[in-house]
Amino acid sequence: MATITLTVSKEPKLYLEADNITPDVFAGKSLDELRALHVFMGKDQFTLGDYFTIEGATGDVAADTKIVVNGDTTKVKYFGMKMSAGEVVVNSNVDMYAGAWMTGGKITVNGDADSFTGLAMKGGELNINGNVRDYLGAAYRGDWRGMMGGTIRVSGNAGSDIGQFMRGGTIIVEGNTDVHVGTHGEGGTIIIKGDAKSRVGGQMVKGEIYVFGDIEVMMPGFQYRNDVDLEIDGVSGKFALYEGDMGERHPTRKGVTTYGQLYMKY
Amino acid sequence: MAEYLIKNGFVFDPITGINGDKADIAIKGGKIVSSSELTKATEIDASGMTVMAGGVDVHAHVAGPKVNVGRNFRPEDKLFGATPKSKFERMGAGFSVPTTFRTAYIYAKMGYGFGIEAAMPPLYARHTHEEMRDTPIIDQGALPVFGNNWFVLEYLKNHEIENTAAYIAWLLRMTKGFGIKNVNPGGTEAWAWGMNCVEITDKVPYFDISPAQIVKGLIEANEYLRLPHCMHIHGNKLGEPGNYETTIDTLKLAEGIKANNDFGREQVLHNTHLQFHSYGGENYSSKGFRSASKEVMKYVNSVDNITFDTGIVTLDETTTMTADGPFEHHLSHMNNLKWANTDVELETAAGVVPFIYGKNTFIAVAQWAVGIELALLCNDAMRCHITTDAPNAGPLFRYPRVWSWLLSAKARDDLLADAKYGEKVRNACYIGELDREYTLMDLAKSTRAGPAKALGLSHMFGGLANGLEGDVVVYPFNPETQSLSNDYMDVEKAFSNCKYMVKGGELIVKDGEIISNGNKRTFWVNAKTNENKDVAHDITEKFKRYYTVTENNYEVNEKHFVANPYVIEVDATQ
Amino acid sequence: MSNIVTDVVCPFCGTLCDDLEVELSEDGTKILNVYNACAIGAAKFLHSQASDRLTRPRMRQEDGSWKEVSYEDAIEYTANLLENARKPLMYGWSSTSCDAQGVGSELGELTGGMMDNTATVCHGSTLIAVQDVGVPGCTLGEVRNRADRIVFWGCNPAHAHPRHMSRYSIYPRGFFTGKGSKSRKMYVVDPRKTDSANMADVHLQIEQGRDYELLDALRVALKGEWLPDAVAGIPKKQIYELAESLKEGRFSVIFFGMGLTHTLGKNHNIDAAISLTRDLNDYTKASIMPMRGHYNVTGSGQVWGWQFGYPFCVDLSRGFARYNPGETSSNDLLSRGEVDAVFVLGSDPGAHFPMSSNKVIAKLPSVAIDPHITPTTAICKLHVPVAFVGVEVGGCAYRMDNVPIETRKVVDPPEGMMTDEEFLAAVVVRVKELQEA
Repeated sequence: MATITLTVSKEPKLYLEADNITPDVFAGKSLDELRALHVFMGKDQFTLGDYFTIEGATGDVAADTKIVVNGDTTKVKYFGMKMSAGEVVVNSNVDMYAGAWMTGGKITVNGDADSFTGLAMKGGELNINGNVRDYLGAAYRGDWRGMMGGTIRVSGNAGSDIGQFMRGGTIIVEGNTDVHVGTHGEGGTIIIKGDAKSRVGGQMVKGEIYVFGDIEVMMPGFQYRNDVDLEIDGVSGKFALYEGDMGERHPTRKGVTTYGQLYMKY
Repeated sequence: MAEYLIKNGFVFDPITGINGDKADIAIKGGKIVSSSELTKATEIDASGMTVMAGGVDVHAHVAGPKVNVGRNFRPEDKLFGATPKSKFERMGAGFSVPTTFRTAYIYAKMGYGFGIEAAMPPLYARHTHEEMRDTPIIDQGALPVFGNNWFVLEYLKNHEIENTAAYIAWLLRMTKGFGIKNVNPGGTEAWAWGMNCVEITDKVPYFDISPAQIVKGLIEANEYLRLPHCMHIHGNKLGEPGNYETTIDTLKLAEGIKANNDFGREQVLHNTHLQFHSYGGENYSSKGFRSASKEVMKYVNSVDNITFDTGIVTLDETTTMTADGPFEHHLSHMNNLKWANTDVELETAAGVVPFIYGKNTFIAVAQWAVGIELALLCNDAMRCHITTDAPNAGPLFRYPRVWSWLLSAKARDDLLADAKYGEKVRNACYIGELDREYTLMDLAKSTRAGPAKALGLSHMFGGLANGLEGDVVVYPFNPETQSLSNDYMDVEKAFSNCKYMVKGGELIVKDGEIISNGNKRTFWVNAKTNENKDVAHDITEKFKRYYTVTENNYEVNEKHFVANPYVIEVDATQ
Repeated sequence: MSNIVTDVVCPFCGTLCDDLEVELSEDGTKILNVYNACAIGAAKFLHSQASDRLTRPRMRQEDGSWKEVSYEDAIEYTANLLENARKPLMYGWSSTSCDAQGVGSELGELTGGMMDNTATVCHGSTLIAVQDVGVPGCTLGEVRNRADRIVFWGCNPAHAHPRHMSRYSIYPRGFFTGKGSKSRKMYVVDPRKTDSANMADVHLQIEQGRDYELLDALRVALKGEWLPDAVAGIPKKQIYELAESLKEGRFSVIFFGMGLTHTLGKNHNIDAAISLTRDLNDYTKASIMPMRGHYNVTGSGQVWGWQFGYPFCVDLSRGFARYNPGETSSNDLLSRGEVDAVFVLGSDPGAHFPMSSNKVIAKLPSVAIDPHITPTTAICKLHVPVAFVGVEVGGCAYRMDNVPIETRKVVDPPEGMMTDEEFLAAVVVRVKELQEA
């Protein structure tokens, strides 16, 4: 894999929109071409070269392109947006939309990520080695089709609204979460290894949520079924299975109704 | 005003009868004139291109409260599809529900000069006009809805045509409306209690009147008022398999009624989006559904007093929006998607639900086939107007794609071959037997001359005869060297992006780019009737007791809200 | 001889009463009295001609004092502020006419503004919920004429929309509700014993922050499924009873306010209420309506809807419209330091925003266009007073049920004062000049 290294050379006054920092856009470009790519800040258009020094070489295709970013990118949005292959490693915090609409490839953030991380993700791997804010792996506003595939893993804590309208894929939060996990879920798997606050599985139609820690307030629409022994993401244990959200609609096929499933680890 | 001479194009015009010959079209003082009258004209070279009169859209949902619900509640309809502002264009967005500026640019690029906003709830008329005011270039008019209006229901129960007409004339003046729209007659008032009227003999709760009485009464009131357009109906039982019988029964209500007007209109009933009303069978599965377009067209072809527009499905993800409130509730149960509804006191209702017509589902392609069949089976292209009931069956910008399906049998065959259940659709529908291809003259009739005549506007739009409005469009399609049949994708492209468009004598599109925002006018009808103290009293009473706005605040102030009003005066005082 | 203007539209809250009568002096210049309005509406009219009314723009000086400047100076400052800013916030728009809002949009398009209105701290949560699940609604006349079950959830109309119950929701004798309040059952869901709660047939004193859970429980109850003994502090018996009662009604309506929009979960609370209303439509007729605050925040949402496609949080910075509350919303932009200038028109963030946002506004180049002296004008660099819409200049406004009503001009503004629309139009002209240069 060919590696391109970007190093922050200037702090943005406001926030940078770096929708061009993806293997798909970078592939096949020369260093000068990369430096000339646009970044946006408010009304203004700058180039990547204005804010980053760029070294290394790109691959011919996205799958052969790895982008490494060094320096403080706390105020940079859209890393890896819509990428389909290749790799992005950011050794810093990132702002919003990291990995939004990605369909493949791998993103690693060695720092915290802000909101809308992995928005409407379709495939690939997204790893945040830090905390994440709100709307992790959620759908874009108004869209009933949320995350469809791929895997998101957060080593720290997550905020609210994880996996809203989720349809497929996996979200793993090693730490705690805030309110609203898997709201309106219609598929996919969410694993919370720490504690959740409330509104877990609210309005859930289908899908699976695993909570290893405590839930402060349970949704009234969930009914206890039975205990079951499971191994989830390498952790074995006894889980209490709840089904719901009974306030919501549920699909029935050949006489069998499928509910959302909430597993709580003992 | 500038003069234009559009030279050397292949002209297709049902009004002058030019059918593909090369001809020059001259425009002066905003009107079409003979070229001998020109003194200093700018020449537009239309060689190798197709020239027609500006398009006339008889039915689209482009301005008003439910359209705006469609915009505001669907951010996802706009994601990644926005267009930036430019020298002449404001920002634009929206795939199935475009913003008002984008609507205007879509129409302009397709060469349209006039469009009807299909349904205006009277209490919200001000909103419709604000949106039309922000839709530049294209002339527009809007149809207030009457089919569930308390005054209409009460008067027509006792067949009081004169009172109904007096009320309608008053309402047209209050709302600056163009004509009579009738949606799901009776059923939408029933919906205010969660019910519906499905058969035309069902009685509306409390008001105790049937859809048949409402339809017949509104047709009679329309002719009593001598309005330019006829009663425009979205009939009961929309979308239901087997509904074609209800549709034909509804159409039959127009029998024996003669058109009464000074505008050259010959028909008394316009059935909109007939596609949704031409279903046979019992359900939506490939075993249970069948097309009833033949049955419906057999009737339509046998009479001469009906026009219709197609409402052809475009196989897109789109947004449904209609005053057929119960239907939208029903639809949201079928696809479990977000549903918006507004019931409007004393008047009507509306519902909005996103919808995906999947090309790999049986039913969507069957619906597509039904609409196409109606157009192919119609013997008189002047009475068959091509629409997508935008955005209900498909987005506005898809019109040229629909035209390409009518102009090319190969386009239809390719679509069916590509569709997963194409064979099943051929079995359930008539499309496989129909190899007719529309000609460009047919297209000109069904998208220009025909709708203009039905709207009572043939003295202004729809043709290239001297004295008509200077609405002329040049499409980059060469009928001599290109094939309508084979090059259907180029056909779609050419008719989506006209090379030149003159609207009201002003050059709007030059070399495919919009260079002016024109001077749009808003058409409305002022029907003079005899003084009617009873109706005036009823109006005052209802405002005092049941409306939540005052009578004095109801009228849309023409000066403040109506952009460039163009008033059509009608005298119904006998 | 009394000089009374009738059919006056009150420019204060989303109830948008249009039956006010304003008594003027014989020469038509002075407002003497207001009839039919609630105390708040009356005050707006009567106070508009207060002797200490500001009639000219004023610029804050280095030493913190104010100095009167001309409208030309104000136009120049504002045009330069917007042009020079790389990402200006253009907030407010809720207490002005649609005409002014339209010119504001033009200005925002020209200057790449972040356009936002008061929904961002009010019913923005509702707008987001509607985008997720839709909204079964109706006009207020439908409530008046048909509704027999009224629920006020998380709102206190007795205080915030004083004439709502008498004009629309509880007292009127409508076409099918001839017995007035006796035709109706009133429910209030509120953690507080408010004046509205004291009027209700049933007051569910819900545990704070648990509305989403209770709404879910009502949906569960509708389906006849099992419930825990209590949800949100409400015993399950009461929950099943309320579900049953709403089902048995001919027409149930839920009105809601900040108790849902700005408590834990925000848009999710409304989402759940809308979903409950939607479920109710399987059994009877049901509608839901937000109690909109400012008299034309709804209009701002409508105008931006048809012009840009979004009702609030509209990001025009990149030359085309984008939308994502959480990123493009005023308080997030301010607290994250993402905007570099602030333009406020017809609203009062100084009173309604968190202090952390206001501290940012105080440090940035800023202008406030408002007839009143407010906490916002106190922290801006330029204050431009304008005529009162609905009192001194007309213009369209949209009621909480989206019905558009044209407000009237009742008296002339003070000599030489501009209207919002005029000021904005002048700024547009100046900005275009600056851009051409």
